[in-house]
Amino acid sequence: MPIKSYLAHPKTGEKQTLINALSLLNGCEVIPATNQDVVVVVTETSDDASDVILKDKIEHIDSLKLLALVSGFNTPQN
Amino acid sequence: MYNSLSSRRNFIKKMAQLSAMTAAAAMFPGILFASEQEAGIPNSANLDWKKGPCRFCGVGCGILVGTENGKAVAVKGDPNCSVNKGLLCVKGYHQTMCIQSKDRLTHALVKKNGKYVKTPLNEALDIVANKMKSTIEAHGKDSVAMYTSGQSTIPEGYVASKLMKGAIGTNNLDCNARLCMASAVAGFLTTFGADEPMGCYEDIDHADYFITWGNNMAEMHPVLFSRMLEQKTRRGAKIIDFATRTSRSSTASDRSILFEPQTDLAVANAICYEIINNGWVNKSFVEKHCNFSKGLTNIGYGTEDKFNFKDKPEKIDFAAFKAFLNDYTPEKVEKYSKVSAKDIKYLASIYGDPNKKVVSYWCMGMNQHTRGTWMNNLVYNIHLLTGKISQPGNGPFSLTGQPSACGTAREVGTFTHKLPKGVVMNPKHRALAAKIWKVPVERIPAKPTYHATEMFRAVDRGDIKFIWTQVTNPLVSLPKTSRYRPAMEKDSCFVVVSDVFPTPTSDVADVILPASWHIEKSGLYGNSERRTQHWDKMVEGPGETTPDAWMTIEVAKRMGYGDLFPYSEENHVEEIYNEYRQFHEGAKHGMAPLEVLKKESGAIWPYVNGKSTQWRFNAKYDPACKEGSDFDFYGKPDGKAVIWQRPYEPAAESPDAEYPFWLNTGRVIEHWHTGSMTRRIPVLHKAMPEAYIEFHPDDAKALKIRDGENIKVTSRRGSCVLPASVNKRGLPTRGQVFVPFFDENMLINDVTLDAFCPISKEPDYKKCAVKVEKA
Ligand code: SF4
Repeated sequence: MPIKSYLAHPKTGEKQTLINALSLLNGCEVIPATNQDVVVVVTETSDDASDVILKDKIEHIDSLKLLALVSGFNTPQN
Repeated sequence: MYNSLSSRRNFIKKMAQLSAMTAAAAMFPGILFASEQEAGIPNSANLDWKKGPCRFCGVGCGILVGTENGKAVAVKGDPNCSVNKGLLCVKGYHQTMCIQSKDRLTHALVKKNGKYVKTPLNEALDIVANKMKSTIEAHGKDSVAMYTSGQSTIPEGYVASKLMKGAIGTNNLDCNARLCMASAVAGFLTTFGADEPMGCYEDIDHADYFITWGNNMAEMHPVLFSRMLEQKTRRGAKIIDFATRTSRSSTASDRSILFEPQTDLAVANAICYEIINNGWVNKSFVEKHCNFSKGLTNIGYGTEDKFNFKDKPEKIDFAAFKAFLNDYTPEKVEKYSKVSAKDIKYLASIYGDPNKKVVSYWCMGMNQHTRGTWMNNLVYNIHLLTGKISQPGNGPFSLTGQPSACGTAREVGTFTHKLPKGVVMNPKHRALAAKIWKVPVERIPAKPTYHATEMFRAVDRGDIKFIWTQVTNPLVSLPKTSRYRPAMEKDSCFVVVSDVFPTPTSDVADVILPASWHIEKSGLYGNSERRTQHWDKMVEGPGETTPDAWMTIEVAKRMGYGDLFPYSEENHVEEIYNEYRQFHEGAKHGMAPLEVLKKESGAIWPYVNGKSTQWRFNAKYDPACKEGSDFDFYGKPDGKAVIWQRPYEPAAESPDAEYPFWLNTGRVIEHWHTGSMTRRIPVLHKAMPEAYIEFHPDDAKALKIRDGENIKVTSRRGSCVLPASVNKRGLPTRGQVFVPFFDENMLINDVTLDAFCPISKEPDYKKCAVKVEKA
C-alpha cells in the first residue's frame, strides 16, 4: 500500500489547471499552497504497479512543469 | 482531525503530506497551505467554532477552534482577524493536538521522601500557601519569588503582580519576557518614554522596503513574513535581510547582507553617518521632535552576581552627535563588521530616500544582545533622523516572541521594576496601584529586586528560599543552565512549578500544580501590534487542571489576603480585566472594553472613543497627541524623542584560540520555544525530532565533520552533544555554529553565557565562544 508525497510545480499561470487535473485522479490528494505556485500531492495506491501507473498519469498532465518526490512509505494492507 | 489520525495509515498519509510541506517551506519560505487546515475537519454539522488567539507566537493570529462533544477537533485561521486573514502556520493549525498527550499533568504532585505523590489540588495549594507564609515569617518577604511568563494571560499576570507587590509587598516578581523583550522595552523607554511599537501590521501593506535586523521571520513570524512576500509579489516591495546567518528568510529576501556578530552596533552608526553626510536628514522633523543624548560607555556585561548599573544620560547637540559618528564611516566599519562599505551605503540610501517607505523589523537578534538597549536606540536613531516613523509603511517595529509578552509582561508589568501602570520607583505610580488594589501605599516597595538571571543566582546563593514558576520552563530556557539547574535542586529553595506538561523544570519541583491549557480557560493576550485579544473557555481540562490565575488567587486567600482577591471562580477573568483596565484609562493607553473584545478579533490600544489607534504619536491617527501638533512623542515630558549616541562595544565573550567558534542559538519553525508543547504534537515532533549543530560547509570540511555525526560543543560553562547539520536548513557564517534550543535532551543552554545588557538585563543568547569536537 504505497503512500507518497510530491511537490508539483505548474507551468506559469497554470496552477489552477494543474489542481483541477490532479483532483480528477483517483488516489490523489491535492493541497495547493495559498501564496506560492506549488502544489503538494499525496498519492495512495493499493500496490506498486498501481503506484507506477498513477505517477505516470500525473507526469502526463500538460500543465505540470515538474514533479518532485518528497517521501515514500509502504504500509501493510491493514 | 484527530479521529482521522487514529489509524496508522492516515497518520502515515499525514506524515507524507507534512514532509512535502516542509520541503516546500525550504524552497519557498513563508509558504502557507490554508486549505490544509480544512482538510482534516470532520464533516459534522455539530461543530461549534469559537474564536481566540493562537497559543504560540507574538504574531497573535486569530484562530477558530471547532469543538464537538466537549473536545477540540479542529483548528483553522480566523478569516475575520486582520492579523492573519485566515492563514496559520504549521504550529498554529496543529496546536490543540498537545492537549491529549498521555503524560499531561492532570493532578497535583507533591514530593514526599523523594517521590512524587498524587495529591488533591486543595491540599497541594495548602502546602504552597503554608510554605510561602512560613518562609516569609522566617526569612522576610524578599525570600519568596514568583517567575512567570510572556505566555501567562493578562489576568494571570495581574493577580501574580497583585499578590507579590500589593499583598505580600515584595518586588520579587520577574518573568521569562526578560529573556526576550527587556531590551525592546528599555529601548522604547529611553528613546520615546513609552513602551511598544508605534505602528501596526498594516504597515506591511504600505512599505516599499522591509529591512530585517537579525530576524528570521520566515520561521519565527511566518504569517507576517508571508504577508510581506505577498507585497513583494504584488507591489514589488523589497525585503533586505541583515543577519549573521543565512536562513530561510535570507533566501526569500531580495538581498541578504551578513555581518560579524555584535557589529550591528557599528553598522547602524555607519548608516546614520551616511544619512547625515549625504544630507538625507529630515531637518524639520529632527529640529521639532528630537533631542540628542549620550549615556555611559564601557558598561560591562553582568556576568558577576549582584552586578549593578545605572546609566547617566547627558544631553548633547547635533554637532556632537555628528562628530561622534566620524568613527563610523562605512570604510572604517567594513573592516570589522565584514559588511562592505558598498552594502552599508546601500542600506543607508534606502533609509535616506525620502520617496521610499521603510519598515525595520527585529526580534531576538537585537534584543538578546549585551548592548540590546543600545541596538534598539540605534535603529530608532535611523528612523528619527529620516523622519520615517509613526506613518503607514514607515517605522521601526520591534516584534515580540511570545503571545502575550506585550499584553501581560509589559502592559500588566510582571517585571521586578514594573507596576500595571508605570514603575515601582515612581511614587505616583505606586499610589495609583495602592488605590486600585486597596492596599496601603507603603506596602509596595520602591526598589526593584531581582531580574530573571539575578533571581536564579539568588536561588543558587540561598537568598531566595521559595520560588513559584508559572507557564515557563527556565531550566531549558535560561542561559547557563549548568549553574541554575543545580541551584534549583538545592534543598535551600522550595520550588513550585505550575505547568501543563512535565518539563526539566518540574523535575526539580517540590510541588507540581496542574495548569489548564490555553483553550481550557478563558483569557486575554496582547500581541506585538498592541492588539488585546480575548477568548472564552472552549473545552474542559482533564482531572484537576485549573487556570493559573485561579491557583494564584486560591493561594492568596489561604495566606490571608482574601479581601484583596474578591473574584469568583466562574467570572474571574472578566472581573480581573475590568479592574486592570482602570490602570490604563485615558487616551494614551485606554484598553478596549471586554464586550468589544468578545465580539471582535482583538482591538489595538490606545482604544479611544470606540476606535483602535493604529499609529501612535502621529496626530493624524492618535487622539492623544497635543492639539495643533503633527507628531507628539508624548511619552517624554517635552514631547520629543531622543536620538542616542551609543558606540560599538565588543561582545562579552568572543572566539579565541581555545574556543574558536561563535555559538548562536535560536528557534525553528516547527517548535515553540522549549518544545514542551510542540514536541508532544506528533506531526511537529516527527518533522523536527531533535536539535542539531549547524556548521558552515567549509568549517565542516576543515574539521572533517560529516552531516549527522555527533559533535560535542563545549564552552567555559558546559558542553552538549548534538548531531552535525551541514548544508541543511540554515547556513551560519564561517567561524560560527548555530544550535536551536527546543530540545530538552540536548540542553544547549548548559553551554551559553549569562551575560546581559546592563540597562535591560536581557541575556545574550546569540554570542559566546565554544570549541567543537567529534563526540
Ligand atoms: S505565526 Fe505565530 S501566531 Fe500565527 S499561527 Fe504561527 S505560531 Fe500561531
